[in-house]
Amino acid sequence: MKLTEKDVRYVADLANLKLSDDEVARLAHDLDEILTHIDTLNELDTSDVQPMAQVLYDSGETATLREDVERPPLGNQAALANAPVAGSGYYKVPKVIER
Amino acid sequence: MSASVSGLAALTVDEIRKGLAARQFSAVELAQSALDSARAENPKTNAFLTFSDERARKAAQRADQMLAAGADPGPLAGVPLAVKDVIVTEGVRTTCGSRLLEHYVPPYDATAVRRLEQAGAVIIGKTNCDEFAMGSSNENSAYGPVHNPVALDRVSGGSSGGSAAAVAQGSVVASLGSDTGGSVRQPASFCGIVGVTPTYGRVSRYGLVAFASSLDHIAPFGRTVRDAALVLQSMAGRDECDATSAFAPVPDYLASLDGKLKGVKIGLPREYFDGLASETGDRIERGIATLRKLGCEVKEISLPATKYAVACYYIIATAEASSNLARYDGVRYTSRSESQTLGEMYRATRGAGFGAECKRRIMLGTYVLSHGYYDAYYLKAQKVRALITQDFKKAFEEVDAIVTPVSPFPAFKIGE
Repeated sequence: MKLTEKDVRYVADLANLKLSDDEVARLAHDLDEILTHIDTLNELDTSDVQPMAQVLYDSGETATLREDVERPPLGNQAALANAPVAGSGYYKVPKVIER
Repeated sequence: MSASVSGLAALTVDEIRKGLAARQFSAVELAQSALDSARAENPKTNAFLTFSDERARKAAQRADQMLAAGADPGPLAGVPLAVKDVIVTEGVRTTCGSRLLEHYVPPYDATAVRRLEQAGAVIIGKTNCDEFAMGSSNENSAYGPVHNPVALDRVSGGSSGGSAAAVAQGSVVASLGSDTGGSVRQPASFCGIVGVTPTYGRVSRYGLVAFASSLDHIAPFGRTVRDAALVLQSMAGRDECDATSAFAPVPDYLASLDGKLKGVKIGLPREYFDGLASETGDRIERGIATLRKLGCEVKEISLPATKYAVACYYIIATAEASSNLARYDGVRYTSRSESQTLGEMYRATRGAGFGAECKRRIMLGTYVLSHGYYDAYYLKAQKVRALITQDFKKAFEEVDAIVTPVSPFPAFKIGE
């Protein structure tokens, strides 16, 4: 086993995921299986290989800079329209700091 | 309700242009026919999650008005289109196939959507998909699987299953999907239509809900290659809202559709032909025979890193997904499970909102990026990705194109 249920609970905490005991057990099994498969990558010697982050089309260094012109923003009301709880122009969340 | 447009299920973009010009039907009638068909088929295929009647009517009216005024209504004027529900549409609900976003109504349009509407297209609705595009059978949607229109007991493929089915069932002429690891190519194959995943950066992803940013593409479906090319043409090209969109000039895709294939060198990577289902093997052999008849030089090649591609994908895609999906925390996107503390609220919202497959991928992605594992997994995968790329670069020194089966087997039964 590469991964215990304790590991799963630790990772779930990092990922901010609340899991049931059943889910923890199932994930421990599933992730262990996937990680074992992933180990096949170690058959490849990559010591001299440059990592590839993504595909990029060659262009000038400043090509992505645009003209510095003002553009209308989305606006407070539209930005908050999907908030589960909003008020006074802000997102509302449970109290973080106690007085 | 208008009279239904005859032959809707077989119309092409070119036929719509001619039909509108000859006043055989109006764009408004065409849009209504498409919506009627999509609604009639939905109890069978479950391809659509939301219908956008109002938006479709406005776009169709605009096309009709421009035609009446003798103006050019655009290359896709009146063409009924469906959009995968991971691509945002202003004022039209966009769920990503997830319970978390059941009530999410985006405040803006994706660039691809905006460009297609500017070209005259009529968007009739949003299509079902695997939750956050994670899956290859469309069985991971929170809103139920999509049934393959060709054989209703079979999967549509995924993750863009609804978009593929919408075209295959004849309700729309073309549709948009997204492809991160085959999510357009595979459902196109399963439903017997055309899907084109363009080069990374070819189509702006502004407004595509991010899954794995270094692999995500927006891609078209059509019933013909020509229709798919026309849709791609209208949305391709640099967009300043997506820093990864390419500056490369957009070629005239239609101009290359009628070229001769004589002397074109085709490579068949042997690694892709192992263990094919007999139906799949027969089909692709017939396709290869046709290419030979048209004068192509067909030869076997090798892409030796192929066997590592899935493991490599599993690391890169889940790592990036775990980061991209962190934003669904109960603060901004409609769903929240109320709790006493902020941390509890995050965990409860995400625990209740994400389906099993999303949780699995978020967990794997978080694990491979966690302290002490980055080099062993993510960095290793990025190096293997470079090796896979080298395989293709080397192959393209020998051949002009590579032909492979999309999937080793045809559409399987739902629940199998």
